[in-house]
Amino acid sequence: MAVEHQVQFDRTIEADEKIEPRDWMPDGYRSTLIRQIAQHAHSEVIGMQPEANWITRAPTLLRKAILIAKVQDEAGHGLYLYSATETLGISRDELQEMLHSGRQKYSSIFNYPTLSWADIGAIGWLVDGAAIVNQIMLQGTSYGPYSRAMVRICKEESFHARQGYAILMALAKGTDEQKAMLQDAIDRWWWPSLMMFGPHDSDSTHTEQSMEWKIKRISNDDLRQMYVDQTVPQAHYLGCSVPDPDLHFDEESGHWNFGAIDWDEFWTVVKGNGPMNRERINHKTKVWDDGAWVREAAVAYAEKQASRSTKIA
Amino acid sequence: MSYDVPIAPGETPDEISVEGPQSTAWPLWEVFMRPKRGLSHTHCGSLHAPDAESAILNARDAYTRLGDTASLWVVPSTHIHASSDPTSMFDPADDKPYRHPTFFEIPDEVGQL
Amino acid sequence: MTVATTTNTLVGLLVRHADDNTILCQRLGEYVSGAPELEEDLAVANVALDHVGVAMHLYEYAAELDGGEASMDNYAMLRSEREFTNALLVEQPNVDFAHVVARGFFFDVYQTLLWAQLSASTDERLAGIAARAFKEATYHLRHSRAWMLRLGDGTAESHRRVQAAVDAVWRFTGELFVAVDADSELVAEGIGADVAALKPEFDRIVDATLEEATLVRPSDPYQATGGRSGMHTEHLGHLLAEMQWMQRTYPGATW
Repeated sequence: MAVEHQVQFDRTIEADEKIEPRDWMPDGYRSTLIRQIAQHAHSEVIGMQPEANWITRAPTLLRKAILIAKVQDEAGHGLYLYSATETLGISRDELQEMLHSGRQKYSSIFNYPTLSWADIGAIGWLVDGAAIVNQIMLQGTSYGPYSRAMVRICKEESFHARQGYAILMALAKGTDEQKAMLQDAIDRWWWPSLMMFGPHDSDSTHTEQSMEWKIKRISNDDLRQMYVDQTVPQAHYLGCSVPDPDLHFDEESGHWNFGAIDWDEFWTVVKGNGPMNRERINHKTKVWDDGAWVREAAVAYAEKQASRSTKIA
Repeated sequence: MSYDVPIAPGETPDEISVEGPQSTAWPLWEVFMRPKRGLSHTHCGSLHAPDAESAILNARDAYTRLGDTASLWVVPSTHIHASSDPTSMFDPADDKPYRHPTFFEIPDEVGQL
Repeated sequence: MTVATTTNTLVGLLVRHADDNTILCQRLGEYVSGAPELEEDLAVANVALDHVGVAMHLYEYAAELDGGEASMDNYAMLRSEREFTNALLVEQPNVDFAHVVARGFFFDVYQTLLWAQLSASTDERLAGIAARAFKEATYHLRHSRAWMLRLGDGTAESHRRVQAAVDAVWRFTGELFVAVDADSELVAEGIGADVAALKPEFDRIVDATLEEATLVRPSDPYQATGGRSGMHTEHLGHLLAEMQWMQRTYPGATW
């Protein structure tokens, strides 16, 4: 039976059809998906913090409204992704517990602080830009609920990178102080954004299996190159540079060649020692603990209502 | 961007048990949305809510932000009963080709049928 | 302040309501990513967005009437505490989820009644803004009222907390229904709302909800006023310091 199931599973993947929640799937496929989708969900939710940090200080009402809408989207996207993870047989509470205890991670990019208004623009342009490159690829992922969540997210997220770039264009046209703020933000966010694509393919232990299962459709290095190629000219359009002395356009390949990534920094942040790791998790855990009485009250009220309606009936 | 956050050297991957303890959280609801009048409600995802009233409100906030919705249904996930084993459930229809209109060859001169 | 001073009383009315919505948006903005469950973060952000949207429409209209250098961001970002005419209720701090709910509930009842009346304003543009705001406020009230019931009739702890929140913000509810002298002509012309006349219906909805939520209406007769004339609690200054920081730090910059 197990062999038959495996054959059916392989055939579905081979035919580029989707695996659905009630289908048989290898344990490794299930646990890889749980880990990846949950980390994606955690990234959306933790990612609310660095941006929410500027809601109260947004320079105009319109920017404030756009930023609230964007942070709200991140919450919504976290919700879709938790919802997709839950189809694999694990509860959101368990996933949250794994996040709070550090057993599951989230994208390291959110462990950097937002220090100026320009950072809000840079996050939209660079961080959401990187996310979009990845998420467009993930629309084709082999697990149905994950793929559908990605389609919905990509549709809603199309404004995120644009609003970020619009913030930066305003700065580029602004005062010297604004221009300095802009360049400083790019200097700080550039390398962490490139690191978002993960280790080089040669060092990425999961990539091969994930590609075979079609969870992942394009490798880390290929995605990173696509991202650099699309982003460098956008930096130049702003009149800015990226902080990479080795960056140059290679006429022959048609790609932007970039310098070496500081993987020591990458691993330091992944291991929990980035500038904001502790603050992010502390905030998340505190909010969760502070909200316990609210969640309990809602359950208690629902139970009372249910028993009242039974009595009436 | 990769959401597949790598396991750092020296760390061990976390074991995930899918048969963990029963959650005491708000129950899970499935959300169905009618994009516009004339179309069916289709499943769009799930969410957590303590009761039907908040499930509806939460569904509105979570799933209708682009304003493309005419109606919402929410159903407790435990009330969804699903078919199992696609092979035995749906394969039999394979040999009833006469259920499909293209099975029948009708001369053109008969006109619209 | 670079906003032109005006004798147009309609500007005063528009700005006053816009101030309410701006300040409450700011408070809710502080709370985004702080709600007890992800679904509630979405709801809080949603309400905040509705409030800032209405504020922008009202300020925009006011700026057009005001002329000169007036703009919606000048109203929001460049006026001082004494120039803000929001009600004291909306500037009260979040404290905990119970306070967010109670403050929101009282304000939502008020705004539902206010916008219903203003959507019949003889000023068409104001009526249009109010009609849209009414729909949003109805939704806000549905949400906050449901939470009043859940917290009031939930657990002993939630009951205690929401009663404490009701007790704390109750004294800021009366001000919402105190007529502003400058409005009398607008009310007579059918442009403005007679807020004092909304009070009985407010009381009816509040009493019914508190009763169903097993909560007690505070008996303390003291009601604080002053917001409408720029006499605020100390909370507002800190709120504005944060909200206006960018515009104050970089005068004249475009964002």
